Amino acid sequence: MRVKGKVKKSGSNLLINVAKPEELPPSLIFHSVSLPKALGEGDSLTIDVLAVFTHALRPFPEEITQADIQLVLFQDTAHYLSPYAVKVQSLTVKLPKARIETYTKLENTNIHGSDIKYGPYENLPPFSYAPIAVHFETNQPFAVAQELVREIEISHWGNVQVTEHYNVVHQGAKSKGEFSRLDFQARPHLRGASALRNLVAKLPPRAHSIYYRDEIGNISTSNVWGDPKKTELVIEPRYPLFGGWRTTFTIGYGLPLQDFLFGLEGKRFLNFSFGSPINDLITDNLIVKVVLPEGSNDISISTPFPVKQGQETKISHLDVAGRPVVVLEKTNVVPEHNQYFQVYYRFNKLSMLREPFMLISGFFILFVSCILYMHVDMSISKSSPSYLAKLQWDEVRATIQQVVSIINQCLSKHERLEASLHDLSRTGDVQACKTARKTADSLFKEYSKELKPLLSFLQSSPQATQILPKVEELVAKEKELQERLIAKHSTIVDCYEKKIGGRELENRVASHQQKVVALKQEVDDLLDYIEEI
Amino acid sequence: MAVTKTEPINGSTNKPSSSSVSMKSDLMSTLSLKSLKLKTKQQELLIRVSILCLVYVLAFITRLFSVLRYESMIHEFDPYFNYRTTLFLTEKGFYEFWNWFDSESWYPLGRIIGGTLYPGLMVTAAIMYWGLRFLRFAVHIREVCVLTAPFFASNTTLVAYFFGKEIWDTGAGLVAAVLIAICPGYISRSVAGSYDNEGVAIFALLLTFYLFVKAVNTGSLAWGLGSALGYFYMVSAWGGYVFIINLIPLYVLVLLITGRYSMRLYVAYNSMYVLGMLLAMQIRFVGFQHVQSGEHMAAMGVFFLMQGFYFLGWVKHLLGDKKKFEALLRIIVTCAVGVGAIALGVGTASGYISPWTGRFYSLLDPTYAKDHIPIIASVSEHQPTAWSSFMFDFHILLFLFPAGLYFCFKRLSDATIFIVMYGLTSMYFAGVMVRLILVATPAVCLISAIAVSATIKNLTTLLRTQSKVSQTGSTKGASGGKGSSKALPDQSQPFQRNGAIALLFGAFYLLSRYAIHCTWVTSEAYSSPSIVLAARGAHGNRVIFDDYREAYYWLRQNTPADAKVMSWWDYGYQITAMGNRTVIVDNNTWNNTHIATVGRAMSSYEDEAYEIMRSLDVNYVLVVFGGVTGYSSDDINKFLWMVRIGGGVFPVIKEPDYLVNGEYRVDKGAAPKMLNCLMYKLSYYRFGELVTEYGKPPGYDRARGVEIGNKDIKLEHLEEAFTTSNWIVRIYKVKPPNNRHCDYGKTNLLEDNADLDWRRIYCVDLLPGPGFWFQKCAMDSGSGFCFLDNLRLDHIQQSCSNSTTTAEGNKYYGECHEKSIRFLKPANKEASLDRETDSERWAPPPQGYALGCF
Repeated sequence: MRVKGKVKKSGSNLLINVAKPEELPPSLIFHSVSLPKALGEGDSLTIDVLAVFTHALRPFPEEITQADIQLVLFQDTAHYLSPYAVKVQSLTVKLPKARIETYTKLENTNIHGSDIKYGPYENLPPFSYAPIAVHFETNQPFAVAQELVREIEISHWGNVQVTEHYNVVHQGAKSKGEFSRLDFQARPHLRGASALRNLVAKLPPRAHSIYYRDEIGNISTSNVWGDPKKTELVIEPRYPLFGGWRTTFTIGYGLPLQDFLFGLEGKRFLNFSFGSPINDLITDNLIVKVVLPEGSNDISISTPFPVKQGQETKISHLDVAGRPVVVLEKTNVVPEHNQYFQVYYRFNKLSMLREPFMLISGFFILFVSCILYMHVDMSISKSSPSYLAKLQWDEVRATIQQVVSIINQCLSKHERLEASLHDLSRTGDVQACKTARKTADSLFKEYSKELKPLLSFLQSSPQATQILPKVEELVAKEKELQERLIAKHSTIVDCYEKKIGGRELENRVASHQQKVVALKQEVDDLLDYIEEI
Repeated sequence: MAVTKTEPINGSTNKPSSSSVSMKSDLMSTLSLKSLKLKTKQQELLIRVSILCLVYVLAFITRLFSVLRYESMIHEFDPYFNYRTTLFLTEKGFYEFWNWFDSESWYPLGRIIGGTLYPGLMVTAAIMYWGLRFLRFAVHIREVCVLTAPFFASNTTLVAYFFGKEIWDTGAGLVAAVLIAICPGYISRSVAGSYDNEGVAIFALLLTFYLFVKAVNTGSLAWGLGSALGYFYMVSAWGGYVFIINLIPLYVLVLLITGRYSMRLYVAYNSMYVLGMLLAMQIRFVGFQHVQSGEHMAAMGVFFLMQGFYFLGWVKHLLGDKKKFEALLRIIVTCAVGVGAIALGVGTASGYISPWTGRFYSLLDPTYAKDHIPIIASVSEHQPTAWSSFMFDFHILLFLFPAGLYFCFKRLSDATIFIVMYGLTSMYFAGVMVRLILVATPAVCLISAIAVSATIKNLTTLLRTQSKVSQTGSTKGASGGKGSSKALPDQSQPFQRNGAIALLFGAFYLLSRYAIHCTWVTSEAYSSPSIVLAARGAHGNRVIFDDYREAYYWLRQNTPADAKVMSWWDYGYQITAMGNRTVIVDNNTWNNTHIATVGRAMSSYEDEAYEIMRSLDVNYVLVVFGGVTGYSSDDINKFLWMVRIGGGVFPVIKEPDYLVNGEYRVDKGAAPKMLNCLMYKLSYYRFGELVTEYGKPPGYDRARGVEIGNKDIKLEHLEEAFTTSNWIVRIYKVKPPNNRHCDYGKTNLLEDNADLDWRRIYCVDLLPGPGFWFQKCAMDSGSGFCFLDNLRLDHIQQSCSNSTTTAEGNKYYGECHEKSIRFLKPANKEASLDRETDSERWAPPPQGYALGCF
């Protein structure tokens, strides 16, 4: 059992230390409070001490059935346990508004509704002790998180991800005998009054991506309400928790970074609440882990109360060295511990770019290796016939590619010629047309020159025997097409020169035109065929 | 392209003066297009690669319905076992996994996991997981497991492409890839979360076949080695490898008979068989079956046959004389057949070669299982396939399949013979067992792809030549300026052309219908995790029934760590994986007797069942009950199979006892044994007080639509421990042997202490006294205890003396009665038939089935 004090005097907190004075009973724990200034003779000082006791109520009977009500026993002393003499003292026990089974009756005991008042007692010697026991009814579920691990992960891309792993047990009177769902559904307030049905977590405002799950998957019984002040998450465990039953679950949520991370003198600090966001839950063992971004250094922590500190590293997405993790541990945590603590650290903004850069370089290396693989010769034997054949075939293919590209160039020249005819029809500039034909003519000659060595290579290569006739045919057809085009061209130009128009022109051109179209078709077909190989 | 290219030129020559500006712009655009135009081959490559990429992505995302609609979770039954073992593998490493003896299942026998599973799936997932971890992607193993099947489905589409390319052409390959990517027959086993052997096995199967066909086509040793490795992967992943090891020899045999024997075939088969066999022996679960089991003998026979064939060819070559050779052939064939027959006979008789297993028989004779092995027949996946499910899983492929066969026969080659044989045999098996539709799917997709590709290719070539011809025709007409000359060549063609266009549109329509159907089936039928049920509420909202996980998690958290849970075998894997508790039987149905024992317990009266449960150390009994929600695949509906399977081993259980005139019913007219057996009691305990539906009497069973016959159920040896919120799962605790609250004791107590409420009396201590027992009792008054010492309870002793010996024993080891269970020897191989689930046995209610006002 732990005593935690918060002392107030006109709003100021006083420093508390656990003291171990000698020659006093060792079974008691003493806390010493340092006063702000020495108290002179005759002065007075008012001190409020708030102490929260966990596990102070004992269920009695310890086991109840589903139909029974839960009774608990509270034991304490009616006299204030103090090493000093006490002048006047009184004790008020405030109970939930329900039946009181029994309570110890001392002198000066009064009961007002659900409040029991002992005292006032005067002039008590040090360490005076008057045991009292109050046995009363309460159907409050005694939810205890035996272990709670909170992981707060900071991402400088704008998110604080909080993950909380709960291990909850109902520490009220243990359930015994049957659990009847029928009774629980039909008379929920009589049969299973002390069952833990839901828990409410008050999350900070603007919480997003909230999830609630356990080891075997998502739990669908939860609800979220959000308003600008807070986000309220109501979670129901998979099954109602009766006394002694336990469950584990995980809740997680994301928070905007700017609400919790601040800069201070070149350092950054995270300002976050320490305890669990769930009300009505006491935590036996709380572990808070703050995962800082990779590359953070110069880490220091400031907490409003003493905690056990440690450090570890965590390896997450795309980490090389791992992220520094600050671990804070505390036992017996109650909602009053929900105060802010700070983690100070230094972090270089450039480190943020490391992970995207790693991804980019990873893909880059992948593509480069693909390119290398495609271009590097991987064959083991350089003299095997199959390898040689492959080399030859590659050469043949390259040559055919060249042939095809030349033919394509020719074809584009054909289009030029046709275009010049267009211009002619529009402008009547015969001279320009003639020059176009001349340049085309010379180009065609060049091309046929270029084609010759390629064709002779193909003829010599044994690998090309299959494809050769087609290639030759292609070249021949193209040649014919050229001639036809030139002829058509010259006919039209002639006609223009001689001013022969309309019908006559058409008649003259028609035969050429037909041939040209047919040849073009054939050439296209051949090209398709050859390219498919 | 050709059309747009030539027409403006024609126009310009014909009417040089008209609208030349627009002509010019037209020309410019065609020119610029032309210059940008990639070469046809590059274009084709680009289109092909991008289609393949899209198909790869499509195959993956179409399987993600369940993740989007529910969550990233493992589905069904078997996947939970696979998930559990994968988890073990990643946590403990391979050697621990290989030597894992699992004491959490088949209590008290246990199971040697390493030696009784196909590790391919788990190792694959673990390698992917480790790989991702190594690359510093902090993924959870669950995500890897959930996405394994879609990932492999995507890979399968690639293999299908290459396979199609090998047997027909690239077009068929592409179509095959698209068809298999969305084919429901395959999706049913490979949606995200369906973490089962089949997910990777179909990939391995198709890969093996592809590499083998490639090896046959090329005669290359490298491809043969590749197919052997593929076969090894398949053996490590799924028991369906038996199909490969029988189909390939059959194929080789057909090639031999049809005179297509070649060196290529010799190299391919021998390398594949020898290496594949040696590799397969490394899998512990398969072991020496390749040389010992009857199912693998065909492959070995064909192997020797090929050697003989080769040898004979050599001898023939040496002899050169036909007559001598024929004589020699006769002698050799007689000898070989004789020696082979003797070897087979001796092997079988001495037990070296095991006979065919029941599953193999049931493949050859669909009625075999029904008569001999109820545990196989009880699984819906093992039923003969109905026409509707063929239509459901294949849709238009069913019609395209014969068309594809026609094309294959038209262009017969080694590869097409293979695909034809694969298609025909797998179609036969698909007809025998529903689940084997899966094996037939790749073949059906490939053959249909051939049909689609060949048809469309024919039609488009027709169209293209048509357009060329008509184009030349029109130019003729235009240049000649005569309308009449155009009519002649075009007269026969418009009809053909229009026909081709209509057919193309038809094909397009059919294929789009197929795509729509596949997506619909995937989203509606195959993407439900079956562990989370969804229904439409009264207001059209979606209601989730998460009762299974509720119960399993309750077991996991609130029962002792060594508690033994008895349930029907369907839920075994889930209880061990999610509940983390020991089960008596699970979905690995290797021991029929053990399952029959559980079946017997479920179908006995409570006190008989209690003895069985005590002998099995059962602490909790779990039943699935759908009477409140109308969930039809619950234990009452499966109950007859429990009776049958139990009765198959223990003749005490007789099926007619549970039926009334051959009718299975649970209402007032039900058989008395039915109304009082354990399963009935556990399912309907206190159900008689519940009003499930407005306007119906209490105890109205919504799954079966009747009012139950026994509303006043009292449990003596069990107590309700937990029931989920929709009553789907009910868990009962088996009470320790009764030594205080005997009926006689109650009356005695009440008589002696009339003011005591006997239900509130608890035993604190029990001491044997002379002639009677003293019991230290405490009465719970609700607020505290008062102790009642030395209450005399001599009647208790009377009633309990034959079962409880002394007070030291809360253990119940009374005398063995004639009712107690004797375990038979561990079941023979015949019982270890199946390792699959019965996930579909009780078809879930159709989607949108309103579960009422919930």
